[in-house]
Amino acid sequence: MTQLLEVAPEIPIPVLTAGIGAPADSSHLASLEAESIHILREAVADFARPVMLYSIGKDSSVLLRLAQKAFHPGKIPFPLLHVDTSYKFPEMVAFRDNYTREIGAELIVHGNRQALQDGASPFKLGTQKCCGLLKTRALLDALESGGFDAAFGGARRDEEKSRAKERIYSFRDSAGQWDPRNQRPELWNHYNGRLAKGEHIRIFPLSNWTELDIWLYIYKENIPIVPLYFAKEREVVVRGGSMLLTQGPIPLLPKEVPQRRVVRMRSLGCVPCTGAIESTADTLPKIIQEMFTFQRSERENRAIDHDEEGSMELKKREGYF
Amino acid sequence: MAVSQQNVEAAPFEHLLRQHLGHDLLRFTTAGSVDDGKSTLIGRLLYDSKAVYEDQMQAVRSGRLNRSTGPLDFSLLTDGLRAEREQGITIDVAYRYFSTARRKFIIADTPGHEQYTRNMATGASTADAAVVLVDARKGLLPQSRRHAYIASLLGIPHIVAAINKMDLVDYSEQIFHGLQNDLQTLAKQIRPEAALSIQCIPISALEGDNVVTHSQRMPWYSGPTLVEYLEQVPVTRLKDSAAFRFPVQYVIRPGDEFRGFAGQIASGSVRPGDAVMVLPSRQTTRVQSIVTFDGELPVAAEGASITLTLEDEIDLSRGDVLVDPERPPQVSRRFAANVVWMHEVPLELHKQWLLKHTTRQVRAEAHRIRSRVDVITMQHSSATALGLNDIGVVEFESTSPLFFDLYAENRIAGSFILIDPLTNATVGAGMITRNLAQKKAVATSQLPSALTAEEMTSLPRLVTAAERFQKQGHAPAAIWLGTQASLAQRLERILFDSGHNALWVEDKDRDLLSTRDCVRTLYVAGIVALYTAAHHAEHEPSHLPAIIHATLQSAHVLDARHVLDAAPSQPDASDDDAWLQSPAVRSILNWIEGLRISSPERYS
Ligand SMILES: Nc1nc2c(ncn2[C@@H]2O[C@H](COP(=O)(O)OP(=O)(O)O)[C@@H](O)[C@H]2O)c(=O)[nH]1
Ligand SMILES: [Mg+2]
Repeated sequence: MTQLLEVAPEIPIPVLTAGIGAPADSSHLASLEAESIHILREAVADFARPVMLYSIGKDSSVLLRLAQKAFHPGKIPFPLLHVDTSYKFPEMVAFRDNYTREIGAELIVHGNRQALQDGASPFKLGTQKCCGLLKTRALLDALESGGFDAAFGGARRDEEKSRAKERIYSFRDSAGQWDPRNQRPELWNHYNGRLAKGEHIRIFPLSNWTELDIWLYIYKENIPIVPLYFAKEREVVVRGGSMLLTQGPIPLLPKEVPQRRVVRMRSLGCVPCTGAIESTADTLPKIIQEMFTFQRSERENRAIDHDEEGSMELKKREGYF
Repeated sequence: MAVSQQNVEAAPFEHLLRQHLGHDLLRFTTAGSVDDGKSTLIGRLLYDSKAVYEDQMQAVRSGRLNRSTGPLDFSLLTDGLRAEREQGITIDVAYRYFSTARRKFIIADTPGHEQYTRNMATGASTADAAVVLVDARKGLLPQSRRHAYIASLLGIPHIVAAINKMDLVDYSEQIFHGLQNDLQTLAKQIRPEAALSIQCIPISALEGDNVVTHSQRMPWYSGPTLVEYLEQVPVTRLKDSAAFRFPVQYVIRPGDEFRGFAGQIASGSVRPGDAVMVLPSRQTTRVQSIVTFDGELPVAAEGASITLTLEDEIDLSRGDVLVDPERPPQVSRRFAANVVWMHEVPLELHKQWLLKHTTRQVRAEAHRIRSRVDVITMQHSSATALGLNDIGVVEFESTSPLFFDLYAENRIAGSFILIDPLTNATVGAGMITRNLAQKKAVATSQLPSALTAEEMTSLPRLVTAAERFQKQGHAPAAIWLGTQASLAQRLERILFDSGHNALWVEDKDRDLLSTRDCVRTLYVAGIVALYTAAHHAEHEPSHLPAIIHATLQSAHVLDARHVLDAAPSQPDASDDDAWLQSPAVRSILNWIEGLRISSPERYS
């Protein structure tokens, strides 16, 4: 505030309001939350038919909560889309159905029925091909058949090297492909959502969140998550260095003997391709505490990322999320 | 080492949790020429703060492309895209995350190649600080000048030069000091009025010296390490008392009873009951409530994403803005802006672009390119078009008005992007510097320097500046006294007693533009304005004298801070005479004596 201490009467004194004195919440989680909500609202204003990709994992849970916050007291003004590979953990599917019903969100479940009928599985096709059919193809089909021009995803830039370069509004050509060399510059908080026919945009409101931020936020906001994230004694088999849960569609190989161990999932994907970790963290504070001791990244337990150096980038170019 | 993951076992978990929940967020950008060691530095920051996991390190160790023979090639941690790893260069903006015990950081890692000015500007647009890498062996390259210039153009308040590869110059103090001088010179060139401050830190990104921990090999350096510096830099926020700006993003209307306006506060703060004005309609009403998922709030400030309900039914939609009715933004269709051009299709005159400013989209065309800036020599030259990576000063006219603040005051309400309506590409970024349809409410009389001799004499009925000055016996002046309020008050007394019309003005809350307007008004009225700024812990208001200098464009502007710095000690209030005799004060008083008018001709 500017103050004139002694002023001749004929000089107009600017009338200024006083500072409010109350500091805003300047914590990083508050800034991240506000940024994500801004992005969600921009996108809903920018696009005719947005959809949120809902993977049931912890990032999706946070994204869903942010969407509730962004449009409160209104309902979330877009449907959720779950691309179901049929290889998801049964606990994930149960959680998905209960939770989306509870909060009154519209849920679309889409699978590549043709490929499933033909018996597509990671055992037969390998993880790359299987993902290509059951995730990437299914996703592109679902987006097209739903007429969606924008899709929210819960990807974070800290997850993987090629994601670090992803824009918040990530432009995809009419074949759903990402061209990392030809991305629209994003300055300040101004996003360019202009599209030609057939093109669409993937939107990543959690771009600037880290894995730790996600857990801190889940803890602070008390957000429900799939129980598989919490440690419990579960039946597992050890295969190729990782521990796979035996629930759901996972045939045992000859000589494999299931064992009971106290484990939890650090990230959730398909049963055959997502390994559990040995852990006794059965509460959120314990999970967060455990985060500080991790030596290895969360995607390490995902078979899909390690097929080839740069494999995530290749998949993304083809349209994978 | 100030990194959180250290001493995990020792720290009680509750404490750790509270600490992390309380972290604030600093965004910074890094720039450097190719091979100055930017990727290495970032890899080092991530590694030392344990933001890198063992399996990622393993991939680096075993990667086909580990180019380095000695220590680990940290750059492989960050150069994410295949093409980059193969060519060993960085081709796009990448964002990285790490945290220390103090705060969380987001790095916008931008490439140093000449053709990527646009990426650098992109990274800089949201940054609170910029780290410019300089190779100690090569010294300041043209690129380093470009980086510092762009950082300053995009309004980054804190620039730090990391003098890298000190291990290759024997950790030489002499080389470091030489570069420090070069950078001071550069800072003056970039912003001649009030030199930009550039902090210099000698480091070795490869070996880790002065990155996180103090280097044993450079005992002559006593400043902060890079991480210490970044932990202390204040996060850029305008004051809560800044003018309220709330661009409406979305109208929430779940039923007939509720109508809320959703948006993110661009500046200022709001409470229920506050008066607000709607632009463009100029209707006024009051805020009824601040609605969030977590309940109603008593107050919300800059950066908060909220929903407002209003007391009156007012027609409002996306693109409108709610503002403080006492301090409205500029409303204009004509404005000048610094533009960074980002596309192969050039900026040409009289071509229509889509202009996106806050939540508002209009059509706009460039009417005149005032100049193009050579970012290396910082010279302005004339131009009729701007090409990819050019920077220029451009005058625009839009089809409907924008409600803006100048970029220097408000990064969100003062910036825009330009979109090519044919290709939908984002082609340019603009920072508004001037309202070209400006009508000032303050000080209607013209500045003396703007009057020609003829105007002074040929319009006898108007009050001329010369008459005004002659009547009071001295010319006006604006004297900057830094944060020395007590000195200003005492000077005011002395000047008053010696027959000067002098007045002390204090900027209490970094409201630079209001202060500028006050000082300008006093100046036009012929008064000797002594202006100071209240002391703020975070930083010196070094912009203020520059802004005032630019407004008054007069020789009667004195920056007396340095004179005061030179004073031997704080004057003793009980001993006025001794103080009056101090060389610092005498030099100010002498200068003011020189303003006395013996005959009016001097000013006509
Ligand atoms: N000796 C030494 N070499 C360094 C240092 N920092 C980086 N380098 C090397 O300089 C080369 C270029 O580094 P890089 O990080 O890729 O540079 P960028 O192009 O700015 O990202 C690499 O071979 C690094 O190992 C340093 O502090 N000392
Ligand atoms: Mg590099």
